[in-house]
Amino acid sequence: MTTKLVIGLDGAGSGDRALSYATDLAKRIGDCELLVAYVIEWSPYSFQTAEENAQRHKRREEEISTAMTRVVDPAVEGLRKNGMTASGIVRHGDVAHTLNSICEKEGGHQIIVCRSSEGGITKRIFGSSTANLVMSATVPVTVIG
Amino acid sequence: MKILNKALLAAPAIAAALPAHAQDAMSLDERVNTIFAEFTGPFVSLIFAPLPGTSFPWIVLWLVVAASVFTIYFSFVQLRYFSHAVSLVKGDYSDPDDAGEVSHFQALATALSGTVGLGNIAGVAVAVGIGGPGATFWMILAGLLGMASKFTECTLGVKYRNEYPDGTVSGGPMYYISKGFKERGLPGGGALAILFSVFCILGALGGGNMFQANQAHAQIAGIVGDYPGWITGLVFAGVVFAVIVGGIKSIANVTEKVVPFMGILYVGAALVILLVNYDQIGWAFGQIFAGAFTGLGVAGGFVGALIQGFKRAAFSNEAGVGSAAIAHSAVRTKEPITEGFVSLLEPLIDTVVICTMTALVITISGQLLIDPDTGLYMLDGSAIATVDGNSGVSLTSAAFGASISWFPYVLAIAVVLFAFSTMISWSYYGLKSWTYLFGEGKTSELIFKVIFCVFIVIGAAASLGPVIDFSDAAIFAMAVVNITALYFLMSIVREELRSYSERLRSGEIKKFAH
Repeated sequence: MTTKLVIGLDGAGSGDRALSYATDLAKRIGDCELLVAYVIEWSPYSFQTAEENAQRHKRREEEISTAMTRVVDPAVEGLRKNGMTASGIVRHGDVAHTLNSICEKEGGHQIIVCRSSEGGITKRIFGSSTANLVMSATVPVTVIG
Repeated sequence: MKILNKALLAAPAIAAALPAHAQDAMSLDERVNTIFAEFTGPFVSLIFAPLPGTSFPWIVLWLVVAASVFTIYFSFVQLRYFSHAVSLVKGDYSDPDDAGEVSHFQALATALSGTVGLGNIAGVAVAVGIGGPGATFWMILAGLLGMASKFTECTLGVKYRNEYPDGTVSGGPMYYISKGFKERGLPGGGALAILFSVFCILGALGGGNMFQANQAHAQIAGIVGDYPGWITGLVFAGVVFAVIVGGIKSIANVTEKVVPFMGILYVGAALVILLVNYDQIGWAFGQIFAGAFTGLGVAGGFVGALIQGFKRAAFSNEAGVGSAAIAHSAVRTKEPITEGFVSLLEPLIDTVVICTMTALVITISGQLLIDPDTGLYMLDGSAIATVDGNSGVSLTSAAFGASISWFPYVLAIAVVLFAFSTMISWSYYGLKSWTYLFGEGKTSELIFKVIFCVFIVIGAAASLGPVIDFSDAAIFAMAVVNITALYFLMSIVREELRSYSERLRSGEIKKFAH
């Protein structure tokens, strides 16, 4: 049976440590698939102007495209170069909740994230989001220091 | 376009002339007021013409009949689908894969930020100040019936919106009128859509702009002392200009976050006052019911109360006006009718809850003078006499201040923020109508935005009477066209409702696990 590991990235350099750990773990496991996930923090209960609403779909597509090209695709490419079977996904939502949902939906066995980000595009996943993920995840979570 | 060019040339001249006449500010205010009243008088008279042989404005009957027709035609949809609407707002039926798109909650909040505001604070005071507490009863009834009007127009707004290749959307009555009429093979859709757009632009400049600026100035002047209205107008115009032309999103973002907080604070303060005076709540409702059917001495008796109640409700929640359809059309949903369900919560929140709170506070505060001998309200002209002669927003302010002395200061901030938020919303509604008429494009948009800002100054400088009359007339003129179209298109909504309810019953449409 193939083991699936979900790696949560936030676009910061510390994500490399999560990728490196996941690669190492996958090699030990053997039959393993890696899923790189990037969650754009978003709440359906935020307030927006009518103009922002009208442009929301366009902005959403742009946000997904940016995250894909800047964060997810390079990570997936790096993993593949290391001989891994890897794919990527970008979603909007609450980081902890969405990462866990992705893992459940994709049949993941473990989530790997870094403890803290080092700046970068967003500080999405770490800090309280990491704590929330650890508290609420339905699969084992590995937090890389 | 010639008229347009003239207006554009005149606009900066008016703005430039204002500071030069600062020393003669009052006379300038009066001059603007006089010119404004003369210019808008015929339009206002036409909209508010009474039915032959009565004093009942035909436009009020128009709104009441429409809301009643939609309520019956959709078999009391506002009651049957109320809990489903709440589920939709909670996101129970939202596909998690669509996260990041405009949610039902966001569309509702955006539409509410355009309606919750001065209509709830100043408009209610106008209604109760003229029509007495009895106006509140008719206002609540209008709010409940208006839920069906909102449902109809917002469903159509999403169904017939324009989606552009770059992913942006434009929707509203002008789109569903032209497309819906064409689809049904009906003539005149194009002309009606144009007419709606014209009235929407006037509504944006009137109720969505001048009324806001006018009442915001009244509130600020009530706190800091009287000063020329054009000063408030220029400040407001500058900030609105920075947002809608300068693209300074941070101002709009801050406002959009602070306004809901102010709304909660306002309702919270009203609740506190009602709780402190809980022993008078029964009496206040007694006044509301008695006044609804007898008038309790107000001008025009119970008909006067009814007219004021319905007028203010329509102005506050905009049901049947068509503006909300523009705001709601941004939601990306596979089921347009879901946005109709969500939108029917708007009049409930806006009118039935918030307006009633304001009316109860004013009634309980004792600001409205009652003749101790007769128990009837004392009149000052056509309005009810008040303790300090207050009317409009200053009456609400005095009513809240009677229980919470410092609240007028909070209310002043709330009024300014509400006014600003409503202006931003209506600048968008007006802009969408403008671009429908003159085409999308930066120059076209800039022209409208400049005109919008000039009208802020005029609105703040003119006195309440002409501004409120024109605001009403422009908003109601939108309702004339919109409701006419809704009668022709409501069968489309019924088909959507039938299809949706069948699939909901069969389990084809189901909640998502979140």
